[in-house]
Amino acid sequence: MNRLSWFNTVSLTLGFAFLYIPMVILVIYSFNESKLVTVWAGFSTKWYGQLLKDQAFLNAAWVTLKVAVLSSTIATVLGTMAAYVMVRSGRFFGRTLFSGMIYAPLVMPEVITGLSLLLLFIGIGLDRGVMTIVLAHTTFSMCYVSVVVSSRLVTFDKSLEEAALDLGCTPAEAFRLVTLPIIAPAVVSGWLLAFTLSLDDLVIASFTSGPSSTTLPIKIFSAVRLGVSPEINALSTVMIGIVTVGVIATSLITKTQKVRQQRDEQEAARTQE
Amino acid sequence: MNSTKFAPWADPEAKPLIRFQNVTKRFGTFTAIDNLSLDIYEREFFALLGPSGCGKTTMMRMLGGFENPTEGRIELAGKDISGVPPNKRAVNMMFQSYALFPHLTVWDNIAFGLRRDSKPKPEIEARVAEMLKLTRLEKFAKRKPHQISGGQRQRVALARSLAKAPKLLLLDEPLGALDKKLRQDTQFELMDIQEKTGTTFVIVTHDQEEAMTVASRVAVMDEGRLMQVATPDRIYESPNSIYVADFIGEVNIIEGTATPDGEETYRIDWADGQEPIRATSARSFATGEKCALAIRPEKVTISADRPAEAVNAVQGKVLDIAYLGNISTYHVELPSGTVIKAQTANTRRISRRSFTWDDPVWLSWTVTGGVLLAE
Ligand SMILES: Nc1ncnc2c1ncn2[C@@H]1O[C@H](COP(=O)(O)OP(=O)(O)OP(=O)(O)O)[C@@H](O)[C@H]1O
Ligand SMILES: [Mg+2]
Repeated sequence: MNRLSWFNTVSLTLGFAFLYIPMVILVIYSFNESKLVTVWAGFSTKWYGQLLKDQAFLNAAWVTLKVAVLSSTIATVLGTMAAYVMVRSGRFFGRTLFSGMIYAPLVMPEVITGLSLLLLFIGIGLDRGVMTIVLAHTTFSMCYVSVVVSSRLVTFDKSLEEAALDLGCTPAEAFRLVTLPIIAPAVVSGWLLAFTLSLDDLVIASFTSGPSSTTLPIKIFSAVRLGVSPEINALSTVMIGIVTVGVIATSLITKTQKVRQQRDEQEAARTQE
Repeated sequence: MNSTKFAPWADPEAKPLIRFQNVTKRFGTFTAIDNLSLDIYEREFFALLGPSGCGKTTMMRMLGGFENPTEGRIELAGKDISGVPPNKRAVNMMFQSYALFPHLTVWDNIAFGLRRDSKPKPEIEARVAEMLKLTRLEKFAKRKPHQISGGQRQRVALARSLAKAPKLLLLDEPLGALDKKLRQDTQFELMDIQEKTGTTFVIVTHDQEEAMTVASRVAVMDEGRLMQVATPDRIYESPNSIYVADFIGEVNIIEGTATPDGEETYRIDWADGQEPIRATSARSFATGEKCALAIRPEKVTISADRPAEAVNAVQGKVLDIAYLGNISTYHVELPSGTVIKAQTANTRRISRRSFTWDDPVWLSWTVTGGVLLAE
C-alpha cells in the first residue's frame, strides 16, 4: 500500500476529527460518575443501569422500534410498487406529473409534511398514537424507497420478465420469482433507509404523536431542553453502538458475498474446456 | 428420399399454423414491419434471414406475444392471437440476449418453465437431465449464468426454451456464439428434435449456411418486407431479385439488355465489343428490356483455352485468387473492367495449381447456368 503524503494525512485526520470528536466526547461522558455533564468524576456505568430502570425511556424505545419496523415495511411495499409502475408502465397520460408527485416529499420541508398530516388526522378524527406516526413515517419514507428501487429497476433487463412470461408465469409470478429476487438488494437498502429515517425523525413524529406514544428522539429532545443528563449520553451511546454493529455486519455480509462470487468466477474460468 | 415430399406450402388445402395477414408494426413513426403476409405450416423449420435491423426479432416478438401488430392480424392455428398474453401461448422463445435468470443455477433455469406447469418432480428432473445432456451442460448444472462462458450461456437458453417441448419454438439466433463443430452438431440435434416431436421451428439466423442446412423454407427480409420465401435450393438457384441473389451466397451480376432468341431463351448484350451472352429464363423479357444475369461462381468454369462447345465464354486475366482450402475462388478481370468470380474444387494439392496471377484464362458457363433477373 502507498504511504500517505503529509497533506493527505492532515486532511484525513481533520476530516475524521470533525466527524467523530463530538461522538467520542458523548461516549466518554456517558461513563462519567458525576451528575454534572461537564465535570469528570471518574468511571462508572451507573447511568446505563439507571436507563434500564427508567420505564418512560423503555416505553419510548419500544414505540420507536415498533414505528420504525412497521412504517419501513409498509413504505418498502408501497415504494417498490410505485417504482415498478413508474419504470415499467411506459408512457401514460400524466406520467410525469405522477412521478413528480411521488418525489415531491423529498424536497418538502418536514414541518409542512408534519403539519398537513396533523390536519388530516384531526380532520378524519383519528386519535394520535403509534398508528398515526406509522402512517406519517410511511408517507415520507415511501418516496426514498421508491427512488432507491427505481434506480435499480431502470437497469433491470426487461427481457428477463418476458422470458418468465414466455415460460408460463403470470405477471405476478414473474415479479415474485424473477424481478423481486434480482432487485432484492435495492429493496433491502430501501427498507434500511426507511428504517433509519423513521428512527431519527423528530419533526414529523412530534406533529403526529399522541401523549401515550412518545418516540425516543422526542423524549431525548424534550429531556435535553431541561438540561443534558448523563442518562441521555448513555442512551445515545447505546444507539451509536447499535448502528455501528449494523453497519459493520452489513459490510461484512457484502464482502463475503463478493469474495464468494469472485471465487466462483475463477473456478468457472479454470474448468472451461 | 421420401416418396411424399414435405411441402405443405404447395398444398392449397393445407391450413397454416401461423398466418401473418397484412401485418404492419410501427414504433412511433418508424415502420419495422411493412404490410407483411406470410403462412408458416406445422412441422416446418422456417428460417428468417436478413440484414441487421430488418425486423426479424420484431416478427418473433409478435409471435411470442411481446409486441402487438399496429395493423393486420396474426393467427395461430386459425385463431387471432392479438391480446393473448405470452404465458397463455403454446409458444416458447429463445431470446437473442439469452435472458437467463441470473439468480438461478443452470439447472433451475432449465427447470423454470417445467415447474410453472406443476409437473411431478421426477418428471422435471428427468427432463432437465435430458436437456443438459443434449446441450452438453451436465458439468455446469450447478453454476450460475455469470460463471459460464458465452457459448455455454447460449446453450442454457436453448435448453430452457426446448424443455417445455412447445408446439411452436422461436429461436432468435440460437447458435451464433458456438464454434463451427458444436454448431453443426446442434443444428443436427435441432433437426432431430423437430423430426421426433413435430415441433414447428421459426429460427432467425445470420448464417446462410445454417439456414440452408436446417430450413424447410427460408424467408429473406429487407426493411420489414419479405423479399422471397422459398425452399433453400430455390432461394439459392432461382432468386427472384438481385437483392436475394446478392444476399444469399456469392454471385456475379452481369447487366445488359435482353432480346428474345428462341423459346424461353434470350440474347443479352452486355458490353461493347463483347460477344452477347445467351441464357434461358422462365420470366419473359421484352426486346431491349434491361436485365441482369446472376450467376454463381461455382457455375463458372475456368480454363486455359476456350472450351469448344461452350455457349458463353469470355476471356480475361486472373486478378486474385482466394484459397479457401477445399475450394479456390478466382477473380478474373475482363477487358471491359468487369470482375467475374469463378470457383473450382481443389482436387489437387496447391503446388500443382493450374493458374496463377495474371494468367490469361477463359471463363465459360451454360445457357441454364445463370438466372435472368429484372433490374
Ligand atoms: N421497441 C422499439 N422501439 C423502437 N424501435 C424499435 C424497437 N424494437 C425494434 N425497433 C427497430 O425496429 C427495427 C427492427 O428491429 P429488429 O430487432 O426486429 O431487427 P433484427 O432484424 O432482429 O436485427 P438483428 O439482426 O440486428 O437482431 C430496427 O430498426 C430497430 O431499431
Ligand atoms: Mg434481432
